[in-house]
Amino acid sequence: MNTDSEQYKKYAAKRAKKSPLALDCLRAFLVGGAICTGAEALHTLYENQGMSEENSAALVSVTLIFLTALLTGLGIFDRIAKFAGAGTLVPITGFANAVTAPAIDTKGEGFVMGVGTKIFSIAGPVILYGTAAGALYGVIYWISITVF
Amino acid sequence: MMDYVWCFLVGGGLCVIAQILIDKTALTPARILTSYVVAGVFLGAVGLYSPLVELAGCGATTPLTGFGYLIAKGVRRAVNERGLLGALSGGLTASSAGIAAALCFGLLCALIFRGKPKN
Repeated sequence: MNTDSEQYKKYAAKRAKKSPLALDCLRAFLVGGAICTGAEALHTLYENQGMSEENSAALVSVTLIFLTALLTGLGIFDRIAKFAGAGTLVPITGFANAVTAPAIDTKGEGFVMGVGTKIFSIAGPVILYGTAAGALYGVIYWISITVF
Repeated sequence: MMDYVWCFLVGGGLCVIAQILIDKTALTPARILTSYVVAGVFLGAVGLYSPLVELAGCGATTPLTGFGYLIAKGVRRAVNERGLLGALSGGLTASSAGIAAALCFGLLCALIFRGKPKN
């Protein structure tokens, strides 16, 4: 029985609509590259307004996050993401979408236990492990500059 | 002009790596995002990521690895300024604008837009 289901899984995987790797990668490359290039153009624009490098970089992120949230709310982001795959997932747009989409979808469960908790369903692990890795690095770095 | 070419190549390349991971392994998008941030912290910590930022600008800072790099950079700066306490304060301080923006705009969208009907 077990082997049967294993065999079935293999069979199903073989028959499943194939999404060719090369095409997926090309789409991810083009859309991902385009988003980053757009970000670079914004960055230059903000810096030309007399903004510091650091503020400009932060404002670029905020702009991309805002646009993603808006497009997610309008239902447009999903369609772009279906085409682009990792091309929209990996840039900060993927993070923003992962925050906004569950927030909108769980409205019906209430603003505390629905939106309030589900907004972190993907952002939570990202923030948790990013912060933890940073803290670990901070301790190691502190030891290295204190001891040596 | 070359700046934009490198930006496109590096940004696109980081997306292709994730696409290959998604297609070839069972990694979910949540795991990809988490791995990318942690990888960014690590690469930032060992000093490998800042040359990439020099080269590609937003091509390196826009992908989630750039978020991790920002955390590592913030931690290093905070430890220099505040000592060991900086290990705790630096990461979230550096990434706060992005996190707060995502949360606030997310909430705003939840208030304005209606969710997909469940089917």
